[in-house]
Amino acid sequence: MNDVIAIYAVVALLAVPLGAYIANAVGERRGRLDTLFGVIETPIYRLSGLRPDHAMSWQAYAMAIVKLHGALIVFAWLLFMGQGLLPLNPDAIPGMPWDTALHTAVSFATNTNQQHYSGQAQLSHLSQTLAIVTLQFVTPATGAAVLIAIARTLLKKRADGALGVGNYYHDMTRLVVRVLLPLAAAVALMLTWQGVPASYQASHQVEMLDPQVEEVQSVPLGPVASMVAIKQLGTNGGGWFGPNSSVPLENPTPLANVIETASIMLIPVALLVAIALIANRRRLMVGIGAVMLAFSLVSTSAVVMSERMPNAALTGLYQTDAGLQGNLEGKELRFGTDLSALWGSWTTQTSNGSVNAMHDSFNPLGGMMLLMDMFVNVTFGGIGVGLIGFLLYLMLAAFIGSLMVGRAPELFGKPLETREMRWISLAILAQPLVILGLTALTVALPGLAQTSNAGFHGLSQVLYEFTSAFANNGSGFEGLGDDTPWWNLTCVVALLVGRFVPMLVPLAVAGWLVTKRSAPSGRGTLAMDSAAFMGLTAGVIVIVNLLGFLPALVLGPIGEAVTSGTGF
Amino acid sequence: MQTANSSNEPMASRAPWVQALRFMLVMAILLGLFYPLVTTWVGGMLFPDQGKGSLIHAEDGRVIGSRLVAQTFVGEAYFIGRPSSAGNDAGEVVGSNLAPDSLELRERASADAAAVAAREGGSLDRVPLDLITASGSGIDPHISPAAADIQVARVARARGIEEASVMALVDESLEHTGWLGSPVVNVLVLNARLDDRFPPPSTGME
Repeated sequence: MNDVIAIYAVVALLAVPLGAYIANAVGERRGRLDTLFGVIETPIYRLSGLRPDHAMSWQAYAMAIVKLHGALIVFAWLLFMGQGLLPLNPDAIPGMPWDTALHTAVSFATNTNQQHYSGQAQLSHLSQTLAIVTLQFVTPATGAAVLIAIARTLLKKRADGALGVGNYYHDMTRLVVRVLLPLAAAVALMLTWQGVPASYQASHQVEMLDPQVEEVQSVPLGPVASMVAIKQLGTNGGGWFGPNSSVPLENPTPLANVIETASIMLIPVALLVAIALIANRRRLMVGIGAVMLAFSLVSTSAVVMSERMPNAALTGLYQTDAGLQGNLEGKELRFGTDLSALWGSWTTQTSNGSVNAMHDSFNPLGGMMLLMDMFVNVTFGGIGVGLIGFLLYLMLAAFIGSLMVGRAPELFGKPLETREMRWISLAILAQPLVILGLTALTVALPGLAQTSNAGFHGLSQVLYEFTSAFANNGSGFEGLGDDTPWWNLTCVVALLVGRFVPMLVPLAVAGWLVTKRSAPSGRGTLAMDSAAFMGLTAGVIVIVNLLGFLPALVLGPIGEAVTSGTGF
Repeated sequence: MQTANSSNEPMASRAPWVQALRFMLVMAILLGLFYPLVTTWVGGMLFPDQGKGSLIHAEDGRVIGSRLVAQTFVGEAYFIGRPSSAGNDAGEVVGSNLAPDSLELRERASADAAAVAAREGGSLDRVPLDLITASGSGIDPHISPAAADIQVARVARARGIEEASVMALVDESLEHTGWLGSPVVNVLVLNARLDDRFPPPSTGME
């Protein structure tokens, strides 16, 4: 438990200076950073033919996002299908089938990194770097860029009259070059030091030591460290190897595990600090951070407690009066149950989706907390989109709260009207609609589900897969046989809706509101940064999610827990 | 989406496709080629051993395996690691993905527990938990000190040596003894050391 608390503390300590740095890096004031990073940024602007100071309307900003991501999806899709014919393929891996390739391209372009293939066996070094790593940088930068665009319009306290939300490519370039690249390079080197491979050679083939085992073992190599660094930092989650950071070559030591775990949470927390500074709304961000931290602590301690309980399948089979205890199935010995539980809860809170233990084998209540983390999806959340998602709930709470005190609904002094509320409700309702709708279809039609477990856990597997896709998380109950056209195509739908609707609706609302006249604030005005309003927002989040998903949870993990021998 | 009565002012930029494509290519070259090349090259230069898979070499330079990848052991003279759903093949890494309510998990763990109890001569209530649970990766290189302890007597017997000398090698093969994590035994490292210092009677059979 002490190491769990210590890792929370490490993140808190690092996030404050990083947040201040991010605010400075994307700010409008010119300074030393422009000179330092200009070496890389100026050629980027010149080569892509951009005018970085050209302000965009929110529509132009959104269209730029849609076009860049459309281009990236097609690029990655073609690359995955054609990798067999392309260089940097020392293990001679063939092209991917079209549906797996499409799912993979969309999954990485939506910052999800859900994998229906097994990384090292089905992607060439070229695909892993040119497509995957590129997307692992571009997608978190996009989330942060949209958040900053919203902060500039909706949140900024003094209206300076400018109606543009910024320039997407300018924001992207600065976030990638100044924030993500230096961090990723530093983490990559630390991980190589700890034992994560950094090499473009093919796998080693090794004869096993025991002469009675006449098998040859492969030890895979690749530019693994560079990818693992950005997959952890960018709330991406898609690893080099199928079982992700449970694999010793991807997460070799307890120290590497601390670095990788802290990297999951670092930027989402730092962005709270950055937005507080950019929009000059410290009290609001402290309030939001407090709600997120409360959710995080509840979930993490529940998962830690759950995984310390015995695995019901193993009753009576091992020594219980001494030695290791808890649910060790699917967990690595160098991490143990606490650090596996911590990673599991952080990776689902932040929409990262990397794992260092198999979530499928978690105890039912631990697995249920992971699902709830992904339903909520704003407990710090994915880079940029976590806080954007929180703002979406905050808008709903502002609407409800205003009506409760008998005022015309308003948000930061701007009137919330029918058009805004229609889109906000749609963005919130899209989640249960897509997740529950697709889950119901999949279990209702015969032959589609391909679950590896019968009964309650089988339903949990299906529910988890769609929830993870919609939440842009990417972790899975991996026993699911999910590399089928049905799974690939339905998940593509969940991925795209789950990424772009909750991200672009708040941008649109910000764009609409900024043109409206501010209402004068008076005695009855809703104090958005008060503890009472934060409590209301937290309540709205809990109620909306329980209303949507409690019945499904009863049929899945809760059913599993009450029918298992141990009750956990 | 209905167009808002948006300000007419910054609308000029319609972000053409060409711009998206050019930006994408620049990003792909910077992030997809340049970044991995540089970090891989620098990492490989600074940490050549770790960069190439943390290999263990025999005296004659032959590669025995990787410190980070478990191997399969069946012989009496060897310490045996955790159950693996991947057959300890790092090319096919995978966990069992079986849930606590799975009958298959119950059956597998019962068989593993019975095998451990039979091999080491004890009852089920002396079987360490890590020897009946599959790891997440399927190539977990470690076992707990307790899981090593119950194998010491058998290994010493099979090699015809004192238990104390085996115990000493177990202690030498402990990893993560610092302030982070808890001590675990690297099975491949331990078995390689055993072969090196106390060759089993069966070697050289071929």
